[in-house]
Amino acid sequence: MDEDGGGGGGSSGGVSYICGDCGTTNEIKAKDPIQCRSCGYRIMYKMRTKRLIQFEAR
Amino acid sequence: MSKHIFEMRGDAPHRVFSAAKPDPAERGLRYPEKVRRRLRMHCCKETPEELVFDLIGIDVSIANALRRIMLAEVPTMAIETVYMEMNTSIIFDEVLSHRLGLVPLNVDPRTFSEVETLRQKVLKEYTTRDGHKRVQNEEDAEEQETELLDENNTVVFRLHRRCVRPADADPAAPPYTEGVYSGHFEWIPQGTQAERFPDGLRPLHDDILLAKLRAGQEIALEMHCRKGVGKDHAKYSPVATASYRLAPRITLAQRVAGAAARELVAACPMNVFDIEDGEGEGEGGAVAVVARPRDCTMCRECIRPPGWAERVTLARESNHFIFSVEPCGALPARVIVKEAVRVLRAKAHGLLAYFEEVEKKRNLT
Repeated sequence: MDEDGGGGGGSSGGVSYICGDCGTTNEIKAKDPIQCRSCGYRIMYKMRTKRLIQFEAR
Repeated sequence: MSKHIFEMRGDAPHRVFSAAKPDPAERGLRYPEKVRRRLRMHCCKETPEELVFDLIGIDVSIANALRRIMLAEVPTMAIETVYMEMNTSIIFDEVLSHRLGLVPLNVDPRTFSEVETLRQKVLKEYTTRDGHKRVQNEEDAEEQETELLDENNTVVFRLHRRCVRPADADPAAPPYTEGVYSGHFEWIPQGTQAERFPDGLRPLHDDILLAKLRAGQEIALEMHCRKGVGKDHAKYSPVATASYRLAPRITLAQRVAGAAARELVAACPMNVFDIEDGEGEGEGGAVAVVARPRDCTMCRECIRPPGWAERVTLARESNHFIFSVEPCGALPARVIVKEAVRVLRAKAHGLLAYFEEVEKKRNLT
């Protein structure tokens, strides 16, 4: 799992998401509700990939 | 009027073609001999920001070639590829990469070579026919296009910034922001580069703002710089601009004195004319002189009122070029001009070699 190197999920099988409101990192597992644990906001963003991306400086 | 001079009259330039006529004294001479006879060059102004020099007695085609080479074909170093590890800032990866590419680097391009592909290297090592055969025999076309990067053609920089809100920050204060500047570049020496450049390599300016970070945001990336020319991308151009203009020659056909002299001085927005004490009594003794002809922009304001076109002659010298070179990179203007001459010479030699090749082929058949 975690093929794109992103997500940053821990050993517990969850995936890390960033809250759209307060910005804290939440680890959400498969059957968890999609909701921020600290503020209750329901829009969560996926973490950026940790894979190296090449760009042309043009 | 003497040769190589054409007049700027109220409507248009005049005598342009007679100015371009060959000088009878140079009849029968070959072009290099003519140039040797009349070429003169001197420096008018040299500061770190600008070099102004006169180039007198060459053909306009050569002067223009020099200008174009300075803009587009004198090589410099610039960031070409960006390897983005992390960018959680609001500026997009592509935009950030583009901004990074434009950062001028304090790296002397003469100490580095150009990046070659495998195909180019093979072609160079095995001259002409053998090389072509080898390249054709290579099956893996993709491998041939591999760029051969090494310590002699690549400079590596790293940029890693993470914005952390200070623990003692006032919670009521506006959100904490940090700038990412070109001064944050960290040079990663490759191979023997650390010995070759004991003072280190860095951008030319440390205060170029590249991005802004809020608390928790991070930029981590690696940049590879290479040698290139301005015709490939403007970031490689060694000059902000390089230009030339023809030297103005302003003459007063008749004596301009008294009120007329004052009128002339007041008419010129570039303050080309001065009043000097001449012969004669009182106000009539103050005559207008051409004090700063180089400042003239040929606006023709002085010959616009009726009657003035007969008194003032505005002209340009068609073989006197005033060059202005504004460097904006590691190379000083003087070096850019020298390198441009070198490039022009190499082009001429290349053309000559080509002609000789053609000639040889024709003689064989």
